[in-house]
Amino acid sequence: MKNLFKILLVLLFTLNFTLLKSAEKVEYLKTDWSFKGLFGKFDRGALQRGYQVYTEVCASCHSMKYLSYRNLAEKGGPEFTELEAKAIAASFEVTDGPNTDGEMFTRPAKLSDKFVMPYENVEAAKAANGGAYPPDMSVLIKARGGGADYIYSLLQGYDEPPVGITLDDGVYYNKYMYGNKIKMSAPLSDGIVEYSDGTQASVQQMSKDVTTFLMWAAEPHLEARHQMGFKAIVYLIILTVLVYFSMKKIWSRVETEV
Amino acid sequence: MSDHEYTPKSNLGKWFNDRLPLLSLANHLTDYPTPKNLNYWWTFGGILTFCLITQIVTGLTLAMHYIAHADMAFDSVEHIMRDVNYGWLIRYIHANGASMFFLAVYIHIFRSLFYGSYKAPREIIWIIGIIIYLLMMAAAFMGYVLPWGQMSFWGATVITNLFSAIPLVGEGIVTWLWGGYSVDNPTLTRFFTLHYLIPFLILGLVVLHIWALHVPGNNNPVGIDIKKPSKDTVPFHPYIVIKDGFALLMFMIVFAFFVFYTPNILGHADNYIEADPLVTPAHIVPEWYLLPFYAILRSVPDKLLGVVAMLSAILILAALPWLDTSKIRSAVFRPLYKQFYWILVADVLILGYVGAMPAEGLYLLIARVATAYYFLHFLVILPVLGFKEKTLPIPLSITEPVLGGSANMAAARNRESLKN
Repeated sequence: MKNLFKILLVLLFTLNFTLLKSAEKVEYLKTDWSFKGLFGKFDRGALQRGYQVYTEVCASCHSMKYLSYRNLAEKGGPEFTELEAKAIAASFEVTDGPNTDGEMFTRPAKLSDKFVMPYENVEAAKAANGGAYPPDMSVLIKARGGGADYIYSLLQGYDEPPVGITLDDGVYYNKYMYGNKIKMSAPLSDGIVEYSDGTQASVQQMSKDVTTFLMWAAEPHLEARHQMGFKAIVYLIILTVLVYFSMKKIWSRVETEV
Repeated sequence: MSDHEYTPKSNLGKWFNDRLPLLSLANHLTDYPTPKNLNYWWTFGGILTFCLITQIVTGLTLAMHYIAHADMAFDSVEHIMRDVNYGWLIRYIHANGASMFFLAVYIHIFRSLFYGSYKAPREIIWIIGIIIYLLMMAAAFMGYVLPWGQMSFWGATVITNLFSAIPLVGEGIVTWLWGGYSVDNPTLTRFFTLHYLIPFLILGLVVLHIWALHVPGNNNPVGIDIKKPSKDTVPFHPYIVIKDGFALLMFMIVFAFFVFYTPNILGHADNYIEADPLVTPAHIVPEWYLLPFYAILRSVPDKLLGVVAMLSAILILAALPWLDTSKIRSAVFRPLYKQFYWILVADVLILGYVGAMPAEGLYLLIARVATAYYFLHFLVILPVLGFKEKTLPIPLSITEPVLGGSANMAAARNRESLKN
């Protein structure tokens, strides 16, 4: 029986292997993400720089509708000071109202406001971008199969199209995009933003920073989750060991092994 | 239900118990004689009860914050993930809890298949179990629709469309299910209602499942009938309680790992894209636990026959106690059945794998062969095996598995005599 089972397992794996090989996968660029692993935390500097890249580059087309300015000052995020976050919010105008006269009015944004969207609605966004809707970035990392690695690679994946591939106007070649054709032109170029902490704003650096920022945007409680997870699992392991010995003790009254 | 009379010690207890015998029930549950040779595959019943309660408790909490509306469902889920205190934790437990629930139920079902727990006199337990399993699939499917992501929407579209395969009235039924002419807000609200209802139906059936179990008592790895209570049994409390507790804790460690460290690995990335009726995802795939049946569905070229095949694949299990003609329960004493059992396990795993792949070329071929084998196992191999198989001699009791005793038993008896 055991031999038969082993043979089956081997068959299964070889089958998987051949099937997977035929499905030819793109290898994404890799980098050392600070948020990976049991104790993974966000790199504050990367989050703050990433926010800068987002707001100066991405935000002209991509919304982030689930984030509020207060999130920027919250624990586990970029952790701007409250004053800084207030100043960031105040640099945006939001429509509020109606006031007592029944009129809508604009005012500077407050911490409680959601990130201001670049377009009024999806249709306006499409109209301004050649028919392609720049996706909302709030949960973008979780909405793509490759996650952070994919976004990181995509940002650096712009290249000249190989011979034989013709691109329509407003379509660009990207090594990592599904189907290799993307309607977003290369958003980053060396020095497109100026980091206040003196970090060199290379495309690679900016890609890493903004991807870290997007990861936080998609999983704002990641640090709390990792911390709680570690405590929970340690607690469970200790309890399991204690219960194991209690069980052994109780079952020692019976001759059956447990 | 109970083999012996129980009288509470206190007068108040007696007074209460004469009017509502809850104390007798509690006494029955603690004293319930359980075979002492149950292995860890038997701990999944308790684990499943835990899963059900976890899903109900987290689900109730989520329902307090979730909004069942096509325009707001996706937003409300993000609201739970971001702004509700520990909302992320509750939602991740609920979402991964569904997968853990199915992991446990598959182990539970395959344990039953291996040890022949579905055979007389336990057919009713088994059939109730199959109904629970069906309801679980319905609940899981509808639950997956609620976040109103792309997979939610398109999964709902594909699955509800299956009903259109029914001749004559199919289209009408689909419109009726949708509450309109496509999957839309009315579909979402009714799915939410049903998703809320089904767990309580399952809870009721679980009570019946356990009640039916407590009539003949547990099967056991040796698969023979035992005298209860006897030297072969231990009272449920504390022996089985602590053992189930230990196994449950091990299970919870795995569960916690998923929740805290890879909470989205079992879901599909596309479900973090809000539902868009105008954009169809490249591959529409159900959650992993439905993949084998999805593979069976797609392996049949005809839509109606595909649906029939998929439903039969589940319902055939209900007929299992009569399809398996062998008098011997446990695979331990059925050398041939044991091999076919493992082939079936591999077959279902293969079906699950090809279910996740596009239905074309080699994948489709494998899916067809595996589907054919699945039915072959239940409709041909099992009935024939009962007559043809030369089974091993079965022991008279679980304390004497084989006449003369195994090495383990000899050791156990030595220990006993040393103690005495």
